[in-house]
Amino acid sequence: MRFVTVSGPPSSGKTAVILKTVESLRQRGLKAGVVKFDCLYTDDDKLYEQKGIPVKKGLSGALCPDHYFVSNVSESFEWGKKQGVDILISESAGLCNRCSPHIKEILAVCVIDNLSGINTPKKIGPMLKSADVVVITKGDIVSQAEREVFASRVATVNPTASIMHVNGITGQGAFELSTLFADEKTETDTLDGKSLRFSMPSALCSYCLGEKRIGSKYQMGNVRKMDVDNG
Amino acid sequence: MDRQLILNKPFAELLAEMPFAGDFFESQGLEAPTASVKDFIDNLTDTQLEDMGIEPAEFLNNFFTFLEAVGSMTEKTSVISSLTITGGINKKGEDENFELEIKAGEIICIVGPTGSGKSRLLADIEWMAMGDTPTKRRIKINGADPDKSWRFSPEHKPVAQLSQNMNFVMDLTAREFVKIHAESRFVQNPDEKVELIIEKANELAGEKFDGDTPVTSLSGGQSRALMIADTAFLSKSPIVLIDEIENAGIDRKKALDLLVGEEKIVLMSTHDPILALMGDKRLVIKNGGVAKIIETSAKERENLEQLQELDRKLLELRNRVRTGDVLEEI
Repeated sequence: MRFVTVSGPPSSGKTAVILKTVESLRQRGLKAGVVKFDCLYTDDDKLYEQKGIPVKKGLSGALCPDHYFVSNVSESFEWGKKQGVDILISESAGLCNRCSPHIKEILAVCVIDNLSGINTPKKIGPMLKSADVVVITKGDIVSQAEREVFASRVATVNPTASIMHVNGITGQGAFELSTLFADEKTETDTLDGKSLRFSMPSALCSYCLGEKRIGSKYQMGNVRKMDVDNG
Repeated sequence: MDRQLILNKPFAELLAEMPFAGDFFESQGLEAPTASVKDFIDNLTDTQLEDMGIEPAEFLNNFFTFLEAVGSMTEKTSVISSLTITGGINKKGEDENFELEIKAGEIICIVGPTGSGKSRLLADIEWMAMGDTPTKRRIKINGADPDKSWRFSPEHKPVAQLSQNMNFVMDLTAREFVKIHAESRFVQNPDEKVELIIEKANELAGEKFDGDTPVTSLSGGQSRALMIADTAFLSKSPIVLIDEIENAGIDRKKALDLLVGEEKIVLMSTHDPILALMGDKRLVIKNGGVAKIIETSAKERENLEQLQELDRKLLELRNRVRTGDVLEEI
């Protein structure tokens, strides 16, 4: 089975892009399934179901969504194999912009939207910087010039990525994106033993363990302090 | 590009040769190296490495790819003298059966009802279709298959698309906005270009505007004028796709002259009779396919003059309404 990780900031249009792309993949005779990772709530699994796309949903709840993703991705992959799909797509939101869901040797896609502001590409970490494909959405809402400025900023942050514009509503560009999914022919047997492209956001401190009180004496473990006295 | 040489060169020297090298560090939220790039990478602390969000080897690879990409942008791009569209199939699977060669400076209009497939044709051109889209059309540039890598590199894309939407989300003045756009394209003397674009946009707009006007306060016509001037003078893309220039208080003839004057190939989806007749040819789309190609006849061109006369009259009336005139005499 082939595997693709799709990630991006919340509300950037990941689900809409995947829905349209899966439709195009179907026209090519490829069956796709989706694993949807979210934090507290999502209804998106129903959207996939409506289109007859096999879907599995995972909610991270109180855990770091990125850590939850990597802890469950291998099992999700096995689920995909049982569904008999040709391509499994994982969808996960990058909630803190420091997320790093991309896996070595697995096609990595980052979805980011034109409305998020031209400085956004600078603010997103490994999720954007190490992606193979960057999909820019909501291009129909802004002018040509603004689209170009945004794409150019993305290209500066990640010069090696293929950059595409996809309209999640009309589906313009989804066919083109499906070409990249279909052309990536690397078959994967298992994710066990594979490695993330970059380490995930790290924290191992008292707050991870449920501490609620504020103050230095309650802080233990991996704690980083701002320099408020200088500069 | 000698990577070792670049790695070991003091960064100040590198900047003198490639001023854009600093942009890469800036864009990643990093301070520019004080010594060489190699020195910079070697001396990163664990925390800095962690915050960089990318492995050093990958970071360097991106840095070199960026230098190469921008370096090739500042070189003169190859001239596109012709674009050829070879027909594929329509939605019913019937052959379109046409081959159309469009030369630089030509205007081709695309007409047809909503949903007939005009946008798909524009998309085929933008994607440089090679028989691999649902329509099976093929696009050739200067008579040859285009380079597939163009599809994914915004800076080398030979196609600029001017869409119907002219909204801005950036909160900048017209001048600042065009400047940011010019800088993102690594244009030489951006300030000169900016002034030229503001001046030309004002020639197109029915209502004049100042370069210090925030883009979000421009009227529909003014923003369209600004974007057309911007595309004509800033975009290096020799092919311009236009999804309808609405009749929103801009001089459409001047707008097209401006684009074609820069030796661009213009393809425009439109329902406007004036624009349609300004085109050299028009493609009639039906059922997702090109059903007919009409060459603008001499007779049609004569009618164009009449239409333009009507249009001028309407524009004049529009201005009179704007200035508070009474329209009892027209």
